[in-house]
Amino acid sequence: MTQDNPLLQVEGLSKFYGHRIGCADVGFDLYPGEVMGIVGESGSGKSTLLNCLAGHLPPDQGRVMFDTRAEGMRDTVTMSEPERRMLGRTDWAFVHQHARDGLRMNVSAGGNVGERLMAVGALRYGDIRGAAIDWLGRVEISEDRIDDRPRQFSGGMQQRLQIARNLVTGPRLVFMDEPTGGLDVSVQARLLDLLRGLVREMGLSAIIVTHDLAVVRLLAHRLMVMKDGYVVETGLTDQVLDDPQHGYTQLLVSSVLQV
Amino acid sequence: MIRIENVAKSFVLHNQGSAVIPVMQGAVLSVAAGECVALVGASGAGKSTLMRMIYGNYTAQEGRIMVGDVDVASAAPREILELRRNTLGYVSQFLRVVPRVPTLEVVAEPLRAVGMDSATAEARARDLLSRLNIPERLWSLSPTTFSGGEQQRVNIARGFAFEYPAMLLDEPTASLDATNRAVVMDLILTAKARGAAIVGIFHDEAARAEVCDREVDVSVFTPRVAS
Repeated sequence: MTQDNPLLQVEGLSKFYGHRIGCADVGFDLYPGEVMGIVGESGSGKSTLLNCLAGHLPPDQGRVMFDTRAEGMRDTVTMSEPERRMLGRTDWAFVHQHARDGLRMNVSAGGNVGERLMAVGALRYGDIRGAAIDWLGRVEISEDRIDDRPRQFSGGMQQRLQIARNLVTGPRLVFMDEPTGGLDVSVQARLLDLLRGLVREMGLSAIIVTHDLAVVRLLAHRLMVMKDGYVVETGLTDQVLDDPQHGYTQLLVSSVLQV
Repeated sequence: MIRIENVAKSFVLHNQGSAVIPVMQGAVLSVAAGECVALVGASGAGKSTLMRMIYGNYTAQEGRIMVGDVDVASAAPREILELRRNTLGYVSQFLRVVPRVPTLEVVAEPLRAVGMDSATAEARARDLLSRLNIPERLWSLSPTTFSGGEQQRVNIARGFAFEYPAMLLDEPTASLDATNRAVVMDLILTAKARGAAIVGIFHDEAARAEVCDREVDVSVFTPRVAS
C-alpha cells in the first residue's frame, strides 16, 4: 500500500483576490484511501483552497494533478471545462456545508440520487430506482421516504441525502466543506460514523475542510493547518493535535473548550 | 525490533513567551523480539513522552526511532499509519472512539483494517471481550457510556486484537480487579511468547516483575538544567 501513486498532487497553488491572498503556495500529495483534514479559523483560506482543488474557482498559480482513470495524471487547472465537469460528475464528489447547495430541493429524494446516475449514462428506470433505494438505505433514510422532497427532511437527513447523491456514482475523491457544520451533536456523531464506514468500505480519498478539531481527529489521517492563506503546519492528525509545533496551531488546540 | 538512538525532545510554547522546555536528551533504548522492557522513573520523568514518540504521536527533534525498518522520527504520515496498522500497537490509558459504534466493532476494527474478513475478526473480538469479562449484553452498545474500568478493558481487547510485532502498553493493569489483571498479564505473556517486542509503563510493581525482562530508567535522559 505504501508503493502506490498519489491520487492528487498539488503544487504551488495560489489564489488572490486583488491584492488579498486567498491561499498561497499550497502543495501536498494525497494517496488513495487517505483522508486529509484542513483546519483554520474563518478567513484562513481553507474554503478558497477547497474550491480551487475542486475546480469551482480558477487558481492564479499552481497545478492540481489528478490521476484520471483514462489518461493518468492530468492537470485539472488547465483541462477543458467539459472535461473538468465530467470529473465533477464521476470521479469527484463535493459535499457542501449547506445541503440545499448540493441538492435539488424540488426533486424527490430518489430523484436527487438518481439524477447523478443518469448524468453518467444510466438509463433503465428500474436500475436507477434500485440504486437510489440501496443508497438511501446506506445513509439510513428509510425506503418509504424516497418520493419525499428534501425540504420535508430534517437538516441531518438532508445532509445524509446529499452524501448519497454524491457517492452513488462511486467517486474516488470527495471534497467536503464543513460536512457536520450546523448539525446538532447527536446528528453529527451519526454522520461521522457513516462517513468513516463509507471511506473504509469504498476506499475513498477525501479532503475535509472544517474548524472542528474533534471531527478531524476522528475522520482525518492527516492534517493541514492554515492561517492567512498559508499552510503553517502539516502532519499526522494526532501528532499535530497532541504536539503542535507552530504557534498558531498551539493556540488553536489550546482554545478548544473542554466538555 | 525497537531501537532508539540519541533522541532529544523539547516543547516550545509559542504563546507563552516562546518558552522552551527540554524534556529529553540522549535517549537510547533497544527492545528485541520477545522481550518486554519497562520504562521507570518518577512521575514527569518522561515515560509517556518517550512512549508517545515511539508511536509517532509526539515529534522528536533529534535522533532515530527505529521500529522494524521504519524511522518514526523522520517517516511520512502515511508510513507511520502503515506502521500502526501492521506493526506497532498501542494500548493507551484512555479509549477514544467514534460515538455510536458498537463495542464489538471497536474491538474488531484493527483486524478489519488489515483486511481480515468480518466473521473472523468478530470471532476474535468476542473471544477477547469475554475473556476480559465484558458482559455480552454490552457488546452491541457503544463503549462511550461504559464505566471507566469497562472502557479500559475494551481498550485492552482492541489493543490485543491484532498480533502486532511491537507493542506499547501504558499502564495496562491500572484500575483492574485481580481477575481481569490476571487476564491482561496472560495476554502480555502470550504476546511475548509469540515474539512481540513490548515497551510498557507499569506502576504495578508486581506486574512489572512478572512480565518485564528489564527496566530502563528514563530520568537518565532528563536534560540537566544548563543555566
